[in-house]
Amino acid sequence: MFELEFMRLAFAAGAVIGLLAPAVGFFLVQRRLSLIGDGIGHVAFTGVAAGFILEVSATALALAAAVLGAVAIEWLRARRQAAGDQALALVFYTGIAAGVVLVSASGRLNVDLFAFLFGSILTVTWSDFWIVLALGAAGLTVIGLLYRALAGIVIDEEGARVAGVPVAVLNVVVSALAGITIAVSMQIVGVLLIAALMALPVIAASRVAWSLASTMLLSMAIGLGSVLAGLTISYYADLAPGGVIVLVAAGAFAVAATARALGAGPAAG
Amino acid sequence: MPLAVELRGVSFAYGRGQPVLSGVDFAVEQGQFVAIAGPNGGGKTTLVRLALGLLEPTDGDAFLFGEPAAGFSRRATLGYLAQRSQLGTEAPATVREVVSAGRLAAGGLLGALRRRDKAIVEEAMRTVGIAGLAGRPLAALSGGQQQRAFIAKALAGEPSLLVLDEPTTGVDVDAQEALATLLAELRRELRVTILYVSHEFGAVERYVERLVLVRGGIVFDGPPQALPERWHDPSHVHV
Repeated sequence: MFELEFMRLAFAAGAVIGLLAPAVGFFLVQRRLSLIGDGIGHVAFTGVAAGFILEVSATALALAAAVLGAVAIEWLRARRQAAGDQALALVFYTGIAAGVVLVSASGRLNVDLFAFLFGSILTVTWSDFWIVLALGAAGLTVIGLLYRALAGIVIDEEGARVAGVPVAVLNVVVSALAGITIAVSMQIVGVLLIAALMALPVIAASRVAWSLASTMLLSMAIGLGSVLAGLTISYYADLAPGGVIVLVAAGAFAVAATARALGAGPAAG
Repeated sequence: MPLAVELRGVSFAYGRGQPVLSGVDFAVEQGQFVAIAGPNGGGKTTLVRLALGLLEPTDGDAFLFGEPAAGFSRRATLGYLAQRSQLGTEAPATVREVVSAGRLAAGGLLGALRRRDKAIVEEAMRTVGIAGLAGRPLAALSGGQQQRAFIAKALAGEPSLLVLDEPTTGVDVDAQEALATLLAELRRELRVTILYVSHEFGAVERYVERLVLVRGGIVFDGPPQALPERWHDPSHVHV
């Protein structure tokens, strides 16, 4: 399959996404915000629809919409303007409704849209790949630099705030990273399923990991493995890659949960 | 002695609701060990959050070490142990990872901890007697051991003020006794000012020099031996 250029591009972009999505999702899952990616994905869908209407890059508009949506959710949550789930519902449903209205107005309720909703291995171009690589590398670099600070907030957000750590700024950074991850991942995994790739590898890793750092690294390995295996199965079985990738990640969770039940995981937790 | 904490005529209400605290004057000298108790909803946590500059008084002024609390310039020297429900005790962190998080404000946000910061983290774990548990997952420890890990985390910031909010929730009686002894030692050896907030005085009553009862304001502030017998269970405080 690697003689086909679109497969080489899909695997290369998928590898970046497989590493980035769980690395960002790690901080959301640990703060019990696993579903936030879904809300941001729905806002990204509005960006895709706006791209169809304006006939400009759907990825660029999805990126802008996702980052703005992510920061808006964090802003609402942090100021307690709405409870966490209410803030999510507000952004989540407004995003999907605006997307549906825009797409139907553009007359593009067709295969293009399906590719963005559920992922496609045919659609990654060289320019898409360079965008994924640049944003993915930037995202992973930011996480590498701020890992200790972001992990400290996971452990004790209030204690960090008392000690003068800029918690609000760091939370916005995580939200913006989530928006970027969703925008760059939607072509392969799809906006409806990318949140799963941010959460499931982390949940699976936490069943067998022995520390925060090992959870992060294991979840990235599971994410990478899920994307590469999912793309391979998707190619040979002619299935939508997003669904297959997420099912592989769910399978990884089943394996990790079984391993833990058999005594291979941490003593507790 | 100079003051660590000072509230002058402080009142506070959440939104447009009834005042939680009215006209509170409260001061803690540096190096004191003070227990603050009162019934649930009486305003003790609000009082501490005002003192730490996390809430703005609707009336009056709050100071930390002589500076306005909200803009306090040496926040890295404030150690705070939040209520257990707010702590990430279920995150798969090791004890060392938890304690290292206490070095965040003082050690800088970017990159790895430096050697000096790591040494301070190890010393904090030794001080509270959990150095042997450093590599263990926090979730695998007892409530009392988890509590010590979070106290070590607060100590890793080399605090001049240590605030513990409901530290005995979910902790057995023996661990509560051990905690009270540990805090008395820390106060004596490190000269750290300690505010201990709880719905009951419990084991610390024997070690503190002041008990403060809060219910909408301060209804008692004095040495333990002066506390009226009927108020030894602060949940029964009625004014």
